[in-house]
Amino acid sequence: MSTKTEMNSARRSFLKGTAGVTTGLLVGFHMTGKGLAAANSDKTFTPNAFVRIGTDNLVTVIAKHIEFGQGSHTGLATILAEELDADWDNIRIEAAPADASRYNNLHWGPFQGTGGSTAIANSWMQLREAGAKARALLVQAAATTWQVPISEVTVNSGIITHKNTKKSASFGDFAEQAALQPVPEKITLKSIDQFKLIGNKVVRKDIAGKTDGTAIYTQDIKRPGMVTAVVKRPPRFGGVIKSYDTTEAEKVKGYVGALATPRGVAIMAKNTWAAIKAREALSVEWDDSNAEMRGTDQIMAEYKELAQKQGLSSRNDGDSSKAIEGATQTIEASYDFPYLAHAPMEPLDCLIELTEKGAEVWAGSQIQTGDQHTVAAILELKPEQVTINTLLAGGSFGRRGTPDSDMVSEAAMIVKAIKGKVPVRLIWTREDDIQGGRYRPAYHHTLKAGLDDKGNIVGWQHKIVGQSIVTGTAFEGFLIKDGIDATSVEGASNLPYKVPNISVELTTTDVKVPVLWWRSVGSTHTAYSTETFIDQLAKKGNRDPVEFRRSMLVDHPRHLAALNLAAEKSNWGGPVKKGRYRGVAVHESFNSVVAQVVEISLDDGTLKVEKVWCAVECGIVVNPSIVEAQMEGGIGFGLGAILRNEVTLDEGIVEQSNFHDYEPLRIDEMPDISVHIVPSEAAPTGVGEPGVPPIGPAVANAILAATGKTITKLPFSKGMPELV
Amino acid sequence: MITFNLNDEKRSVDADPDTPLLWVIRDEIGLTGTKFGCGAGLCGACTVHIDGEPVRSCQTTLGDATDQNITTIEGLEGKAAKAIQAAWQEIEVPQCGYCQSGQIMSATSLLAQNPKPSDEDIDEAMSGNVCRCATYVRIRKAIHHASDLMEA
Repeated sequence: MSTKTEMNSARRSFLKGTAGVTTGLLVGFHMTGKGLAAANSDKTFTPNAFVRIGTDNLVTVIAKHIEFGQGSHTGLATILAEELDADWDNIRIEAAPADASRYNNLHWGPFQGTGGSTAIANSWMQLREAGAKARALLVQAAATTWQVPISEVTVNSGIITHKNTKKSASFGDFAEQAALQPVPEKITLKSIDQFKLIGNKVVRKDIAGKTDGTAIYTQDIKRPGMVTAVVKRPPRFGGVIKSYDTTEAEKVKGYVGALATPRGVAIMAKNTWAAIKAREALSVEWDDSNAEMRGTDQIMAEYKELAQKQGLSSRNDGDSSKAIEGATQTIEASYDFPYLAHAPMEPLDCLIELTEKGAEVWAGSQIQTGDQHTVAAILELKPEQVTINTLLAGGSFGRRGTPDSDMVSEAAMIVKAIKGKVPVRLIWTREDDIQGGRYRPAYHHTLKAGLDDKGNIVGWQHKIVGQSIVTGTAFEGFLIKDGIDATSVEGASNLPYKVPNISVELTTTDVKVPVLWWRSVGSTHTAYSTETFIDQLAKKGNRDPVEFRRSMLVDHPRHLAALNLAAEKSNWGGPVKKGRYRGVAVHESFNSVVAQVVEISLDDGTLKVEKVWCAVECGIVVNPSIVEAQMEGGIGFGLGAILRNEVTLDEGIVEQSNFHDYEPLRIDEMPDISVHIVPSEAAPTGVGEPGVPPIGPAVANAILAATGKTITKLPFSKGMPELV
Repeated sequence: MITFNLNDEKRSVDADPDTPLLWVIRDEIGLTGTKFGCGAGLCGACTVHIDGEPVRSCQTTLGDATDQNITTIEGLEGKAAKAIQAAWQEIEVPQCGYCQSGQIMSATSLLAQNPKPSDEDIDEAMSGNVCRCATYVRIRKAIHHASDLMEA
């Protein structure tokens, strides 16, 4: 979500605003004196905002990023524990409170939040320094107490040792003294060969609670006297309430009340079932005068026409029109991509309670700063009066990261309307989720290219038509430049292939269907169109798809490394079982490069993805098992979508409603996957999203190899229904 | 009042007989390991056992549950359950974890009835449980591993 320049300036402003950093220490929660490390009343050593060490030896790492499956909590704690030389078994993880001054995402500037696969990447140096500084204070305390030189004190797995005098102590033994030490001026970070936890098998901290039912999500929180609320939202986007009648709803046992909100009619009840039943009994008349009335067929037909007109240029190298005119062979293709719902397993939810001090929020808060300010604005509080408890969330895939704080603001509106008399837990049902908008936008792409007599690409033209995700949000200034929404063209305007003449254009459309980032954002569609078009060009020019890509990636060593590793592990070009076909794709997103080779079968004409070889170049790997899991999960998530997922509208009304007509991938369709990591000594880059983009085009390219046809209308169930 | 056994304890609940067992377990009794995913029997996040058989608690009414022996993730016991949970931890199956109670209930039931399941058996027993994080590769691996643990 950000360029490197923005990242650096964000980091600079963060450093400027955090006085302690320049002298080597972040200001902790419970500072006892300036220039000293901090201890609080229960004798906990709190050297900075990211770690607390108790006299009981427990090391609590404060995680500024939400854990919604991507392994951020374990990864963040690993980085800090590495430099602290802590005992992993003594590490506990706690979600940070909302506080953008200490817990902002360094890639985003003054915002606390998780997204764009940045959790580990932006925290890498911050948490290494935090761990190293805490360690230095413990070492200093030991050296002072033992009256030995600091240089002779060593730390290993939570044990502080002075070899010559055979003295040894645990972190807890020195927690109190460490808090009184002057802050060290300088700290030394480990070299890569000194890492013990990073890059090794470290047990995920959230696994045990997720296997015995004790992990707590927002759905599981209860507050005394709370009501459960569901909202009946307008059936068409942009519709508003004309009138509503609660006569039948009132008859439902447990019904508490109903009220109009800007999002729809909220029904409150004593329990979830009563709320759901009462909502079914509610009748509402809607005013659709400002609603989206078009169907998706009409919208896509309009997009097709717009693609004939000139768009805004997001890249223009050389003269692509002239190059294509003079080419030996030319090829054109157009693509349709549907709206997609995120459908996280835990439907959206939020609990808000008014307190004496302000408001307390329990939510799978993905952008805490936005959520805090939104709740404050609605409830007429100061942001610091709003406490956010960021809970484990049952998936997000982008859905919880709404710039306008979707579910949190709905809950706040209800709390405001009832003047905070009781805590309100808002829940969305699956139908609310599938029909509630905030989709991956629908897009139409057209591509045109020319080849010379050797099959080399001489010119490339790419046009993208679709809605902007960030227009009208707080991210607009950050992500829209000269009218181009970076999230609409990412993956297309930075096409890595060495082509002398390239033009990429964007036409942004105006549709009232609310849209949002969906795991891997722009790359969900740009990887598909560019990588399947590359295979069509390879076929036209009689080139091997891997060799063809290699020849154009000479300036991109990370792409080459990933592609070569996937090709090597899959034995690309070697013998393939009868009835099996292969395809390849490589794509960069969130500063990581992923290449995938797939093998499909078409027994009885039915597509099955049998095997995926996945290679990832993501810098230093903090936790290999989690990186592998993110690649596996990204492949499964992407595969389900390309096979059969789409949200369609008929006269403005969403046609899908639950997992029967928006069916995620199931276990019997999951391919065998082997993940291979390109060794690297560079700082970590994203892994939560980059596994998604290549799977669609890789499978489509295998289908091209098998049938000679490319699927250009997604999902496959629409573009080539006979296969699915 | 409707009475049933939940995790070997007798429970009486005063709610409409048409209330889905899921909401009785979560809202009335207060056990939250059983999750709401779709409310339509399509995802398996709410899977519990009745006499050891996996059922979708969002499609089982309180009335249907009368006098039945119901087990939730909190009350899961026995050799197969222990092996499944140990394998789930060792293989690090969960990502967001929200569907995993349901996955584990289905997998335990499979293993209790078929200690050496094939990939096809696993697909058949587990295809009603959706995981949006797509942890399926590890679910399959963990069930095979649990099978080995039971044998050992």
